[in-house]
Amino acid sequence: MSPLAKLLEAALFAASRPLTMDEVCSLDPQAGEGTVRAALSEVRETYATGGHGVELVEIAQGWQFLSRREYAEAIDRAQFALRPRRLSPAALETLAIIAYRQPVGRLEVEEIRGVDSGAVIDKLMERGLVEVVTRGEGLGRPLLYGTTPQFLEVLGLRELDELPRLDELSVALRPPAPAEPE
Amino acid sequence: MTAVPVAPDRGFVVELDQFSGPLDLLLHLIREDEVDITDLPIAKIADQFLAVINELGLNQAADYLEMAARLLRIKAQLLLPRRAGDDEWEDPRAELVRRLLEYQQIRELVDWMQRAAARRAEQFGRGFAPEPAAAPPAPLVIELNELLAAAERVIALIPEPMLHRVVPRPLDVEGATAKIEALLAGREQLAWRDVVGARATVVDVLSAFIALLELAKRGALTLHQDGKFGPIVIRREPAREAA
Repeated sequence: MSPLAKLLEAALFAASRPLTMDEVCSLDPQAGEGTVRAALSEVRETYATGGHGVELVEIAQGWQFLSRREYAEAIDRAQFALRPRRLSPAALETLAIIAYRQPVGRLEVEEIRGVDSGAVIDKLMERGLVEVVTRGEGLGRPLLYGTTPQFLEVLGLRELDELPRLDELSVALRPPAPAEPE
Repeated sequence: MTAVPVAPDRGFVVELDQFSGPLDLLLHLIREDEVDITDLPIAKIADQFLAVINELGLNQAADYLEMAARLLRIKAQLLLPRRAGDDEWEDPRAELVRRLLEYQQIRELVDWMQRAAARRAEQFGRGFAPEPAAAPPAPLVIELNELLAAAERVIALIPEPMLHRVVPRPLDVEGATAKIEALLAGREQLAWRDVVGARATVVDVLSAFIALLELAKRGALTLHQDGKFGPIVIRREPAREAA
């Protein structure tokens, strides 16, 4: 590997979270973004082809070394790894609405869900999945929420635009085709 | 005193376990009946909705009650006669159908997100093995002299002994009221002693006394005392006398 690739490998190994492009670039101020990207690809290729137990994954607007999928079961069975806590359906609903409508206020979330959602939003904030991004216009200037990089990390997404587009969703209870005129 | 059977408060448990809200429950019913969401048989769905929230104890949750009321209103609006060829008429179900479709999209996203999160959980990053537990702190070594000196310092800090302290004690008037009512249900006449018991505390006496006055005011009982410091006699439901 090139010296820059080895430097990136070292930094990415030491980090316990995804390093963003800015962070990776700051490791060598002389190198341009194109050079850094090439070096990142070099690291990824090395790990992908060299027979390793970890791989370099592009996630949450950054890069991170993760264990390869085939070892999930064994590591899980050994029970020393911390498993992320699962999100309840209510939390996921709220998260989905915030992800698609951000920046969005509590009232709009509640209107779509049809239930009080303040406590769920607080819990999502506690877990670092959503944050207050701005204040809205109108009465009381309500807090508006958006998703965090942590949200992308939990879902294993690089960017928000990896979420399915709304028009791609199959609506299971689609209205039946109009009846044929007799 | 017999305990009043209280219905178990399980509304929220059910909500968490099965449905995340009234829209979720509605969608569940619609799927089960395999009816067309855009042409909702409101009367049928409303009846089922009410039946389920009664059965599951969800009728305590305001959100479910609000939806029940909405369904009934739509049902009533559909029953109103309308003129044939009335272009102004708007289907009262339209708003609800729009919300259901929107919510259904959200549920589909939730499924997608659950799959994505499960897939992400198959990979571990660094830091997923927790820190080893910290070594237990060394046992405490205390010299007797140090302990005594410390005790002296603490005692020196205590201000002059307080002669009067006001401690708020909660009066249990409701409890006393319930007790008196229970006693009167069995007997027509009570003595003060029966109400407060043999070893009454100040709080018990005050609670019982306030409860008695309150019940007397409501006309549930009468109080008699022949002279100062005489025994108080409590009688149930007196015949009303003209004042």
